[in-house]
Amino acid sequence: MSLLKELFQKKSSRVLNVYCTAGYPKPDSTLEVMKALQSNGADIIELGMPYSDPLADGPVIQHSGLISLENGMTIEKLFLQLKDFRKEIHIPVILMGYMNPVLQFGFEKFCAAAAAVGIDGLILPDLPEFEFETEYGEVIKKYGLDFIFLVTPETSEVRIKKLDQLSTGFLYAVSSSSTTGTDNNLTDVNNYLKRLKGYGLKNPILVGFGIKDKKSFDNACANANGAIIGTAYIKALEKSGSIETSTKTFLNEVLA
Amino acid sequence: MMNTNTSIGIAATVADANAEQFTMPDGNGYYGKFGGAYIPEMLHRNVEELQAKYLSIMQDAGFQKEFRELLKDYVGRPTPLYLAQRLSKQYGASIYLKREDLCHTGAHKINNTIGQILLAQRLGKKRIIAETGAGQHGVATATVCALKGIECIVYMGEKDIERQAPNVARMKMLGAKVVPALSGSRTLKDATNEAIRDWINNPNDTHYIIGSVVGPHPYPDMVARFQSVISEEIRWQLKEKTGSELPTHVLACVGGGSNAAGAFYHFLDELTVQLVAVEAAGEGVNSGKSAATTALGKPGILHGSKSLLMQTADGQVIEPHSISAGLDYPGIGPLHAHLFASGRGTFLSATDDDALKAAFHIAKTEGIIPALETAHAFSALDQMKFNGKEVVVICLSGRGDKDLGTYMSKM
Repeated sequence: MSLLKELFQKKSSRVLNVYCTAGYPKPDSTLEVMKALQSNGADIIELGMPYSDPLADGPVIQHSGLISLENGMTIEKLFLQLKDFRKEIHIPVILMGYMNPVLQFGFEKFCAAAAAVGIDGLILPDLPEFEFETEYGEVIKKYGLDFIFLVTPETSEVRIKKLDQLSTGFLYAVSSSSTTGTDNNLTDVNNYLKRLKGYGLKNPILVGFGIKDKKSFDNACANANGAIIGTAYIKALEKSGSIETSTKTFLNEVLA
Repeated sequence: MMNTNTSIGIAATVADANAEQFTMPDGNGYYGKFGGAYIPEMLHRNVEELQAKYLSIMQDAGFQKEFRELLKDYVGRPTPLYLAQRLSKQYGASIYLKREDLCHTGAHKINNTIGQILLAQRLGKKRIIAETGAGQHGVATATVCALKGIECIVYMGEKDIERQAPNVARMKMLGAKVVPALSGSRTLKDATNEAIRDWINNPNDTHYIIGSVVGPHPYPDMVARFQSVISEEIRWQLKEKTGSELPTHVLACVGGGSNAAGAFYHFLDELTVQLVAVEAAGEGVNSGKSAATTALGKPGILHGSKSLLMQTADGQVIEPHSISAGLDYPGIGPLHAHLFASGRGTFLSATDDDALKAAFHIAKTEGIIPALETAHAFSALDQMKFNGKEVVVICLSGRGDKDLGTYMSKM
């Protein structure tokens, strides 16, 4: 059974997925960040692979990607850093990134390498469902990886149900029509999440975009299985102090 | 004069896919293996709406009427097809210049923005965003927004704002807000990223007018159709002048490739016509400062479509270089990638210096100061051999006023 499935069988509420950019803040800090997240209460780690042109991301995550690239991060290096990560990290880890670097690495080679080191799933926001169904989905399945689609408040009911069918692990509910790191109107978010709940989807739902603190996390969790924090954690890492201290302070506040 | 038998306007019909091998993408927006719509879900509804409606809106009689009237009375179409006598003599071929530089606002870009603003109105959109490199598309967008009284926001790389100051001033005078793109190379690629992010954040009231044959399906096809008026006119104008609708060669510069797509469109399936695209080699194809995508690129995904893309081995997009802001783009439209990969098109390149030399030469030989982008197309004449019988059409995509600063520095 996939680690994600196992997790949601044990825990169906207040699941916290935290995003961090691989190779950020330091070239070799990837594993240190993951360990800090695991020991301070994250249930899932979403590890971002930096890209020069991250269309769905706001300035904060974009900037962390730029620093990571300046740090020399590549997919090749990432898999080297992740070679033995399963000796220390026992929670689900998914890779998030954009299609182009993955295609250049080689899509099948990428899935094989991810599965070999112990990655559980993928989020590729610019892989459309048509190409997923006709070309890439089978490869992802062949290596036993979960694939998580995004839905937004603009996504139609029919399409939400279809993307839910294609997804495994969980469904990523983008809280508002925005890039990462923008604030939300809580009433709108709640109505949208209630609507999703009413569709009887097969996957657990995690809410992302605009989740930044205890208040927004609690609100998201009231109507979904959990939430994803990205920008706010990257900002926390920007502050001085060790990775462990920054992570601890940040997650303690969110989970209080 | 306009030939009354041939209407100006968009390519009118959904063609039989079997008959038109190169002109139309398939139902999913693919030209061969290039194209598609690689977009995050946040853009899906808007892009899907466009995919569903663009052809029926463009083929609507009321749309056609308004589009054609504006092209005629506002843009000044048809633009002349001019036999450049001194150039013809020099190169030993009949060289015709398609004078898109005489369009209102000084370049072909307005053919597309007129079409898209009418489309945006029919989609009920109240706010227009655009990206721009040289500023020609930004000016053309600001112009049609002023014409229709619609809010206009233009994203432009900070570096391009510096080197294309006159166009920035024109956009502002036309009432547009010019927003600098501060990320990455601070040029066209980054302005496009910022425009796409704006669209993600404003999904309901905003239409994104992309200026080239790039972006997710249906943009490459939609923009090519709006620009196809160029080759539609070339056909009947050439017939009037030579008795044949078909030249032997059509030449155009390519950044993203909108003027080339328009100049090639009605010749794509006329296999006797050689289609010659000229890319910007910058300081030299292998200098590390170039924008020659077909020479340097590999298949990749940028701005929502799969095409050829200049990138590192790790799949990071390379910051291109060209003296011409309009060609300073690391990709190329999927139609052009398909023309390149299939061998239907011939792809040449010209360096910054080649283009400058050509610009001064055309100014002195024909009395026309071309845009730096267009100068690349002229420069390619030096790489071609003629035997006196060829009929060559060059798309003179824009005029050089905006580049006077650069030209003055080289005098």
